[in-house]
Amino acid sequence: MTTLLIAEHDNKTLNPATAKTMSAASALQAPVDILVAGHNCADVAQQAAKLTGCQKIIHADAPHLEHHLAEEMAQVITALMEDYTTAITPATTNGKNFMPRVAAALDVMQLSDITDVLAPNQFERPIYAGNALQIVESTDEKRVITVRTTKFPAVEETGQADVELLELPEPKSVSQYVSENLSQSDRPELASASIVVSGGRALGSKENFEKYIEPLAQTLGAAIGASRAAVDAGYISNDYQVGQTGKVVAPDLYIAIGISGAIQHLAGIKDAQTIVAINKDEEAPIFQIADYSLVGDLFELVPQLQAALENR
Amino acid sequence: MKILVPVKRVIDYNIKVRVKSDGSGVDLANVKMSMNPFDEIAVEEAVSLKEQGKAEEVVAVSIGPEKAQETIRSALAMGADRGIHVKTDQIVEPLSVAKILQVITLQENPNIIIMGKQAIDDDCNQTGQMLAALLNWPQGTFASEVKLNEQQIDVTREIDGGLQTVRLNLPAIVTTDLRLNEPRYASLPNIMKAKKKPIDAMTPEELDIDISPRLKILQTREPEVRVGGVKLESVEQLIDKLTNEAGILS
Ligand SMILES: Cc1cc2nc3c(=O)[nH]c(=O)nc-3n(C[C@H](O)[C@H](O)[C@H](O)COP(=O)(O)OP(=O)(O)OC[C@H]3O[C@@H](n4cnc5c(N)ncnc54)[C@H](O)[C@@H]3O)c2cc1C
Ligand SMILES: Nc1ncnc2c1ncn2[C@@H]1O[C@H](COP(=O)(O)O)[C@@H](O)[C@H]1O
Repeated sequence: MTTLLIAEHDNKTLNPATAKTMSAASALQAPVDILVAGHNCADVAQQAAKLTGCQKIIHADAPHLEHHLAEEMAQVITALMEDYTTAITPATTNGKNFMPRVAAALDVMQLSDITDVLAPNQFERPIYAGNALQIVESTDEKRVITVRTTKFPAVEETGQADVELLELPEPKSVSQYVSENLSQSDRPELASASIVVSGGRALGSKENFEKYIEPLAQTLGAAIGASRAAVDAGYISNDYQVGQTGKVVAPDLYIAIGISGAIQHLAGIKDAQTIVAINKDEEAPIFQIADYSLVGDLFELVPQLQAALENR
Repeated sequence: MKILVPVKRVIDYNIKVRVKSDGSGVDLANVKMSMNPFDEIAVEEAVSLKEQGKAEEVVAVSIGPEKAQETIRSALAMGADRGIHVKTDQIVEPLSVAKILQVITLQENPNIIIMGKQAIDDDCNQTGQMLAALLNWPQGTFASEVKLNEQQIDVTREIDGGLQTVRLNLPAIVTTDLRLNEPRYASLPNIMKAKKKPIDAMTPEELDIDISPRLKILQTREPEVRVGGVKLESVEQLIDKLTNEAGILS
């Protein structure tokens, strides 16, 4: 009856989603081991060893694990699952990529994107873009879970787990990493930022997105987000999309600028503590859920807000 | 080259679902149903590969009730060549869908399976990855670009940090993300033509697949509703509220 948590990281730093997943894992009332799989990621193993509640770190290190390719990750995790009852990982694009492979290999129905643990085999999860919540009970012998991390607090770092190096099977080598084009930004990470400034189609161009959204984010120390329409139009890259099929955020403050508030967008922001909307259409659906609404032209209101914040 | 495209019939993306008052599920009576939007993107990709001469045949598969035929017809109207309908009125979980698709794949022998990354009803984001595991095939999930060669396919994927490109040996599975393409609208003549394209029908029992659910749905309920707040007159008022009421700015 032990849980295997698969850490999210980039071989250098442990992603904060891992500490949040740890609190979901702890709610399963079983000891938790953490798998740190990657390449040259010993530092990450040390970081993970500190997470409160971790019993042991399993460190899998090999060139073919560097990019967390689903085929390779799933092979390692599936083999380990002989000794575990539950596999759990954050619902990041990595987790979503390899975890269902593990589930199918174990003949288990995965629990995707859980938002609450009611019992070790009972979970809450959103469906229909969060417009309904389901309470489900898993009847499988083992469980495979991905976690919506905005719903769980991070555990503390009071632990000192031992690190064990894992012997690895031969790589499957059916897929190959070619390249990566990652967004470079000194802004806080979108998924865990405490303030998010998001822009929509109304910005009209990449230049305007940079001119109006970026300085405001800078002044507020905020992460930048976007609607699908803004991403599709090329104002900003895909990793900034917030919503049902993008990133889910739960900041203290979410500022939606020139975003109408489609169901799919709202799905990603419902758990924000305070929502501010700036939109020139009084009837825009975003106003139905915004705590503070400003009706008007963003090209006037955003510079005003910017100036007022700077002059405080 | 042959491409298999699984398509799911779901509540139209424009419709805000209502939970039944007895907590037994979501009200599906009299609501508009459509092809899952990510599956439209998958059909578009497959059909345009065929148009570019890179594939010969596109086969659309759907698992679901009688009406799932309509979804297959939509795929045929977009340009798929024929359909397969696995008929059942039961709820079919992604694991069972993957098992059914596995059997169909072994019968049809496609070189590529292109499918949606996520069904917008269950929001599971699992089926493609599960099918890849069952078939022991490589996968390129959340695709925003694909480049197909004889032996391999390069898939650019939308990931949390940006974009990643992987090269997969064929046969392989690709799941679509929003930026892969813009699906076409079917023209009237193509809708008419689609009516004559063949659809094979079968049942999970005939394929000898146990589709009993593994997850027991104990309850379906409405989320807490977020109620809107106040309309403000000015930027100054907003800053005042954020400072003194919400306590976010100091
Ligand atoms: C399968 C699927 C998945 C999807 N997933 C997502 C998702 O994850 N995230 C997401 O965001 N969307 C998603 N969408 C898209 C979603 O349905 C909407 O189309 C999208 O969110 C609209 O973006 P928008 O609000 O920027 O644009 P619009 O809906 O066009 O809204 C623009 C708004 O700007 C206002 N405006 C215009 N000019 C000004 C001005 N000068 N000043 C102030 N306001 C102005 C307008 O009044 C309008 O309300 C998805 C759709 C599908 C089908
Ligand atoms: N009943 C079904 N029939 C055909 N394809 C399906 C079905 N269910 C899921 N799929 C495919 O699997 C994808 C992902 O679905 P899901 O894992 O449920 O989010 C969908 O976009 C479809 O391509």
